[in-house]
Amino acid sequence: MPCLSKMERMIVSMQDPDMGIKMRNQRLLITVIPHAMTGNDIVEWLIQKYGISEEESLHLGNLIVKHGYIYPLKDPRSLVLRADESPYRFQTPYFWTSTKWPATELDYAIYLAKKNIRKQGDLIEHEKDNYNLLHKRINHTWDFVVMQAREQLRAAKQRRKGDRIVIDCQEQAYWLVNRPPPGAPNVLEQGPERRNCHTTRVQLNMDYYKREIEYCRKAMARTRVKSSICLEGYIKFNEQYVPHDPIMSGCLPSNPWITDDTTYWAMNAPTVTTPTKLRVERWGFNFSELINDPLGRAQLLEFLKKEFSAENLSFWEACEELRYGEQSRIAEIVDSIYQQFLAPGATRWVNIDSKTMERTLEGIKTPHRYVMDDAQMHIYMLMKKDSYPRFLKSDLYKNLLAEAVIPPETKKRVFPFMRKQRHSSPSPALLLPAGDAEEKSRSPSTAPVPEEES
Amino acid sequence: MATEGLHENETLASLKSEAESLKGKLEEERAKLHDVELHQVAERVEALGQFVMKTRRTLKGHGNKVLCMDWCKDKRRIVSSSQDGKVIVWDSFTTNKEHAVTMPCTWVMACAYAPSGCAIACGGLDNKCSVYPLTFEKNENMAAKKKSVAMHTNYLSACSFTNSDMQILTASGDGTCALWDVESGQLLQSFHGHGADVLCLDLAPSETGNTFVSGGCDKKAMVWDMRTGQCVQSFETHDSDINSVRYYPSGDAFASGSDDATCRLYDLRADREVAIYSKESIIFGASSVDFSLSGRLLFAGYNDYTINVWDVLKGSRVSILFGHENRVSTLRVSPDGTAFCSGSWDHTLRIWA
Repeated sequence: MPCLSKMERMIVSMQDPDMGIKMRNQRLLITVIPHAMTGNDIVEWLIQKYGISEEESLHLGNLIVKHGYIYPLKDPRSLVLRADESPYRFQTPYFWTSTKWPATELDYAIYLAKKNIRKQGDLIEHEKDNYNLLHKRINHTWDFVVMQAREQLRAAKQRRKGDRIVIDCQEQAYWLVNRPPPGAPNVLEQGPERRNCHTTRVQLNMDYYKREIEYCRKAMARTRVKSSICLEGYIKFNEQYVPHDPIMSGCLPSNPWITDDTTYWAMNAPTVTTPTKLRVERWGFNFSELINDPLGRAQLLEFLKKEFSAENLSFWEACEELRYGEQSRIAEIVDSIYQQFLAPGATRWVNIDSKTMERTLEGIKTPHRYVMDDAQMHIYMLMKKDSYPRFLKSDLYKNLLAEAVIPPETKKRVFPFMRKQRHSSPSPALLLPAGDAEEKSRSPSTAPVPEEES
Repeated sequence: MATEGLHENETLASLKSEAESLKGKLEEERAKLHDVELHQVAERVEALGQFVMKTRRTLKGHGNKVLCMDWCKDKRRIVSSSQDGKVIVWDSFTTNKEHAVTMPCTWVMACAYAPSGCAIACGGLDNKCSVYPLTFEKNENMAAKKKSVAMHTNYLSACSFTNSDMQILTASGDGTCALWDVESGQLLQSFHGHGADVLCLDLAPSETGNTFVSGGCDKKAMVWDMRTGQCVQSFETHDSDINSVRYYPSGDAFASGSDDATCRLYDLRADREVAIYSKESIIFGASSVDFSLSGRLLFAGYNDYTINVWDVLKGSRVSILFGHENRVSTLRVSPDGTAFCSGSWDHTLRIWA
């Protein structure tokens, strides 16, 4: 776990004699514990060192304590950081999570056995359960366990009381992290095992390295763009899109999640009579904004009809259906495209250059999903470079801009605690009866999604 | 024979070192055109003001760790999956649960909403990706209509529909990604090249819709051509597993989140890493990243239970969001950018706006 080594580095710098936390003796009832600090000390140090807020510092400090690198002297069963005068101490590296991980059953058994002897059988419930479980499971070594436990207890009696308390706290903190009581979060839980490169399921064999070498050679030869040019692109994109970013700039009339008012969604539904100004403006950013918006695409179609090139859009849509359609229908779709758009005398014949046409007609003899790619790209570029600029200058588009609405901002509610009722909306899965649902799911995701109730 | 074996080992070692040295040369080439840093270019961009985002909805209902979520195109419904095998479809606006299905396996690490809104896909320790049509019929038994689509030889870590309900892209612990035909379950293309478990993927929003990026335990992010199965670009600058990859809205770059506690931005035209989002006080891995609509903000969920919001252009952290009580495992911005949803090991999902 890379976070543990980072945490350890943090801990080490916290203990730096010059820049670390100032430690002192802390009183615990009648005993004096050396080299301790208060919760406040920890929080303050984190704030100073990392330039973070108190909230973040407390959160980070709590994680350090939860992972057992710092433990509380007062109320030691609760691995929590309190931003007050409560005393804390650094865990000894011997007990660091990364040092002794995973904790062994044997060690846990010895620990419980020691506790059992000291408390004369009066263990906490879950520790009692674990003790009995272990007794059954590693019964064959139980004599060893008890012997070790007795030996460690005897050695402990020879230490000063202050040291004894400290070592007990250290050990207890370690086991709270490695064997958390039921209900407490297990910070060491990782999720399903991942293999890294050292124990990989992928064979790092000769073929693998040959592929890497091949890739590197190709990559060396590729054209790259200067950073200054690429990065300039982000600045431009940012300028254009920030006003359209609801989280950055808000949205009119209001953000539904904040005011519970779904008007914003109703006004921006896939098909509305009058689109909003922001939406129509966005169609002017680039061709994909126009063609990927169902309403924009419908307007594009109207425009192309006027220019007698509507078949281009239909052809492009049919090619999308092929690209993203069912494997079993490929031959059928290819044929349908050919009949409608490519065959000599076809009703909606598309104007592709002869080379591409030739290649495509040859290709459809063995139809596959990508057989129309070249033709589709040609037509897409035609629309983008030729029709689209004219669309933007057209009366059609100018009228759309002029008639587009700017929703008025929703006035803040006078009584904000009276929450507006949250209306449900019909699920997209409900739109059609079961049989038609299959058909609907066949077409690429240009199908309109249901309008919201306002 | 003993001598043959020795020869093979020598060749493997020499191939490995040749690969390493070529990688070094490639990095040199990439560095040649790097004439300015992103935060320098961004100096003339206005700084962001006070940033306030709050939890607007809390979705409770999973009995165990939430591992993955995805938005429906209708901008309010979501699907989420958890460790105990439950997959739930919610109208997150009303917080009502609309569908629920229990998978026959635990640790459902991947789920996705179909573009039509009529189906969901999910998978995990069963090594498969299955598609469930969503139905409101009485006596509904979603499990009965289940379609088993993808078959990997190890856990499924991520899945996504392409532009239609008919194709699914998957990533797996077996080190590969794959493209499948949903109807027949046929494997259309497989993508080999990662040296370890693949943990995440994202489809490019490009005009021509032909590529996707994946990230894995080999610390690499790889960009693939969906048609040919070839890796077209590869980036290896993280120090640990890459848990999440997401394209910048223009499609010219992508961000990654890793166990090394950093998020990074890679530009595809410059062919290099162009920004690192990190802070000394952030020591836990980033599990999930996504951009706001304009790409100005990068939201990242971390294993320390927090969400950090980064200014993508200036490289600074804008805000830190508290609320979850355990790891944030998944995070996605809604399709219209009005909010984002985070899922956590604390069994809940939160909508933030």
